[in-house]
Amino acid sequence: MATTTQPTQMTGATNGAVIDLVYRLGDDCLIIGHRNSEWTGLGPILEEDIAFSSMAQDQMGHAQALYSLLHTLGEPEPDHLAFLREAKDFRCCRFVALEPFGEAGSGASEDLRNNPDRDKLLTQGDWSLSLIRQFLFAEAWAIRLAALSESSFEPLAEMARKFRGEVKYHTMHGRIWIERLGRADADARQRVQAAIHLLWPAALGMFEPTTHDAGLARAGVCPSEAEACRKWQTDVTGLLAEAGFTWPRDAKPVVGGRAGNHGPELARLLASMQKVYRLAPGATW
Amino acid sequence: MSDAPTTNERLESVWRALATVSDPEIPPLSVVDLGVIPDVFMDGRTVVVQMTPTFAGCPALDVMRKNIAEAVGLAGFDEVRVDVVYDPPWTSDRISEAGRGKLKAFGLAPPGKNCGGGRVTMESLSQAACPFCDSRDTTMESMFGPTLCRAIHYCNACRQSFEQFKPV
Repeated sequence: MATTTQPTQMTGATNGAVIDLVYRLGDDCLIIGHRNSEWTGLGPILEEDIAFSSMAQDQMGHAQALYSLLHTLGEPEPDHLAFLREAKDFRCCRFVALEPFGEAGSGASEDLRNNPDRDKLLTQGDWSLSLIRQFLFAEAWAIRLAALSESSFEPLAEMARKFRGEVKYHTMHGRIWIERLGRADADARQRVQAAIHLLWPAALGMFEPTTHDAGLARAGVCPSEAEACRKWQTDVTGLLAEAGFTWPRDAKPVVGGRAGNHGPELARLLASMQKVYRLAPGATW
Repeated sequence: MSDAPTTNERLESVWRALATVSDPEIPPLSVVDLGVIPDVFMDGRTVVVQMTPTFAGCPALDVMRKNIAEAVGLAGFDEVRVDVVYDPPWTSDRISEAGRGKLKAFGLAPPGKNCGGGRVTMESLSQAACPFCDSRDTTMESMFGPTLCRAIHYCNACRQSFEQFKPV
């Protein structure tokens, strides 16, 4: 039986603040995990099909563990959280829910853009967008986990220490690709560059400030979003610069997700992801 | 007088039962070899088995949990509870020496030592010894494999692909 852990007693932060934080972390993991899983069976090469499927599996595992933690804090069961909530109840950032299509498939080659069958050929979107998003997300997740490993909220710190070993593979995966693509031909470089510029504003939205930031930081639960963002920008721009890529200098973050204001893409994702569960909630298979 | 077993004797029989529970994906390896059982203790009449998950998203977790409860039940304990814990966190450094030998015999290269908990690097990952010919002249082909815990390598000496239990 689940025991109820009271964050307030452990950290000095309010229960509401800690619960909101765990929702944000869990929802980010579930939604990017689902997006990455959309490449299963459709990856551009076998190794990347396996890589995206594996990273998706890790991310969904992290979501499940975080949702189990929420359940011990008095929230509904993990399956309920994943499969029975509406888009407005999710606290993920807009970035993780984006469909990897972009402006006319920004990264797609001229041939593909002009191909009348483009929609059929790109049913899952443009892999360069998924790859760059995964790189940017993994760097952010690794930074959060490093900080959370020292969290004053011990149940979260224990999970973070566990997840770090898994996420090391995600950051290695992203870094290898950025380095390799930095040495690639013009077409590949152009696709990566387009993806970085297209995704950057939404990526900054991973660090959308919330009203709980100051309280959580003061209680030693986690650093503020602004601080995490500075660290992320330093790390990521360093890696991009080394590979010869540029990024927007004055991008305006795409925000709203932390308050439950999402674009239509999240509702579309949930309609697909929750379809089977909603046919018979609670059924055992 | 009664010959009722002492608590220590009871716990020893729990550990013996656990040694018969296989990792569903690597049958020769027991959950004890794998290092996923940090502790076993009595809570009143209930045997509590702690299990620390290998990967948060490992689909074998529920099967392992069920098999652990069954095996301990068969050893004569009516009340068994399996608690999933994250402290201590599982890392590949927890795999026992016996477990490493069983992995190799199964055709899976054991993970490098002391690179668990996020300390793995591309360099340490590329140093897997071939489980078939022991050569270190190997190349990592893919750091992701058919299950979360496996990476794919190629042996340049005996020219065979092989899998490694990933250092995590």
